[in-house]
Amino acid sequence: MTDQRQSVPVGTPAAPGQVRPERPRAAPAAVRVAGGRWRDDLRAVEVVWKRELIRFSRNRLRIVTSLVQPVLFLFVLGTGLSSLVAKGLPAGSGVSFRTFMFPGVVAMTVLFTAIFSSVSIVWDREFGFLREMLVAPVRRGALVAGKCAGGATVATIQALIMLVLCGLVDVPYSPTLLLTLAGEMLLAAVTVTALGTALASRMAQVESFQVVMQFVVLPLFFLSGALFPVHGLPTWLSVLTRLDPLAYIVDPMRRAVFAHVHTTPAVARTFGATLSWGSFHLPVGLELGVTAAFGALMLALAVWAFARTE
Amino acid sequence: MVGAGDGGVATEAPSAIDVHELARRFGDLDAVRGVSFEVRAGETFGFLGPNGAGKSTTISMLCTLLAPTSGRALVAGFDVAAQRAEVRKRIGLVFQDTTLDDYLTATENLRFHAELYGVPRAQAAERLRAVLEMVGLWGRRDSLVRTFSGGMKRRLEIARGLLHSPRVLFLDEPTVGLDPQTRAHIWSYINDLRRRESITMFLTTHYMDEAEHCDRIAIIDEGRIVVIDTPEALKASVGRDRVQLQTADPRAAIEALERHFGLEATMSEGAVTVYVASGEQFVPRLFAELDVAISAVSIARPTLDDVFMNYTGRTIRDAEASSSERMAGSMWMRAARRR
Repeated sequence: MTDQRQSVPVGTPAAPGQVRPERPRAAPAAVRVAGGRWRDDLRAVEVVWKRELIRFSRNRLRIVTSLVQPVLFLFVLGTGLSSLVAKGLPAGSGVSFRTFMFPGVVAMTVLFTAIFSSVSIVWDREFGFLREMLVAPVRRGALVAGKCAGGATVATIQALIMLVLCGLVDVPYSPTLLLTLAGEMLLAAVTVTALGTALASRMAQVESFQVVMQFVVLPLFFLSGALFPVHGLPTWLSVLTRLDPLAYIVDPMRRAVFAHVHTTPAVARTFGATLSWGSFHLPVGLELGVTAAFGALMLALAVWAFARTE
Repeated sequence: MVGAGDGGVATEAPSAIDVHELARRFGDLDAVRGVSFEVRAGETFGFLGPNGAGKSTTISMLCTLLAPTSGRALVAGFDVAAQRAEVRKRIGLVFQDTTLDDYLTATENLRFHAELYGVPRAQAAERLRAVLEMVGLWGRRDSLVRTFSGGMKRRLEIARGLLHSPRVLFLDEPTVGLDPQTRAHIWSYINDLRRRESITMFLTTHYMDEAEHCDRIAIIDEGRIVVIDTPEALKASVGRDRVQLQTADPRAAIEALERHFGLEATMSEGAVTVYVASGEQFVPRLFAELDVAISAVSIARPTLDDVFMNYTGRTIRDAEASSSERMAGSMWMRAARRR
């Protein structure tokens, strides 16, 4: 089919009453919308990702307020509970309860920031901008990918800020530890953003966000082992924690931290213990694999759900 | 004016929009009941009708946002159901509700659009400047959109709709919710655009005065096109202008009108009223031949209100009242069924 485009550029506005000169035909020719489909989709991914970063960088208040909650958990709750768990963490063991909580709180930061970023799709829908994206001649998958990349980047940056606090909770600033944590944070961020995007594609109103917070995010957080060790629990709770995909990323992060602190074998046994299925202790690789698999599933779900959004 | 394009095989300038028996049904509601029309390249075509007449449903189908239940529509030569991506590349959209990101600047909103629509980066900056200048927002390009007024946002959306040089620009109620002054402003931009871009425009409106700006209008009521023609022809089809005279002696005037012109005059709103085919040709004769002193004359043209009334037997406001009942009833039924 021939594509006859109107190659007429928009000229500069002529002053009222003035005779407009004939437009030069050569000057900025009307743009040609074409090119490989993949290249177009990649540009879409990139620009959707960039938009998330622009919005994040412009909202300094959000960056600061997002730090309040983890800091409260770490230093108020962490310190408050320290006296209760003093028996398991005797003085001179080299770590405090805050050391134990630290990876959990970093994971919490990732969780909340990533969910908030991805659920912003619902705000986009409310304020109409989603429509601008949905009517574009790009694949929906590209939009989802861009949104997830954006949310994951933002959540990772936010969690990286938390790593500054390592020194205050007896965690060494070891480059290998920081790199390991950063990589795991990124994986967690991608997974949670994919989950959030899948949820958001089904949400019609902003009010649904509260429902997601109460029924999805908080249970995910509390069952993840971010705040307490997940062994020696009653069976029902033990089972629930193993069903929480977030548990499979909190554990590797904690293992990384405990591999870098000097403590007594007893403390390491209690607080640095690894996630197990019955008597099977999961290797880190498997835990990361579970997280990645869950993330991939959610991503597929998000793309699928988004494809049928109008 | 159609440009040389890609240097492909030149064909007869195809119609920009070609619609055949397009229909859409929502449950029990026939929102659009088989409409057929053609919009020529470069034309400004308006859909005029009350709220709930099927205007937005039709425009949604043409923009590939809604699948037709039956019928066929080609936009820029591509099928809206089977070739959605091809259609989308070639159309610009200005929706009823704003679809801008308030937390981005005007430029950032346009850049976003340029990237999504694959505008070559080398041309994007120049094109961006051109469209922003056209709508008078170049000076505000780096302001956050949240600081813009309603009219400025609508102008920015028009600029954005043009950024990727679409062949057809769809405007769904482009001035709804704006004050009269801003509406006039938007229309001056749209008219300017018609002159300089020679773009095809398809717009919907339920404002009679806005439909006057179109080259041709389709009057749509209850999901059907009642008539399609130019505003002038539609008004002419109503027939007659209304001429009203103020005079010291109405009875003599009525009698004289009957005697000289064979017109049946009546008293209405305190004035002698006659209906004639062409008011401006009648008035000079009236002055020359009528021997009764006239103190004032007014000529009233048939408005599109009269046209709507003429073709549907009711005013657009009455039509809106009844169709909103129809919609509400059907919505309720749909909601009930979903449970």
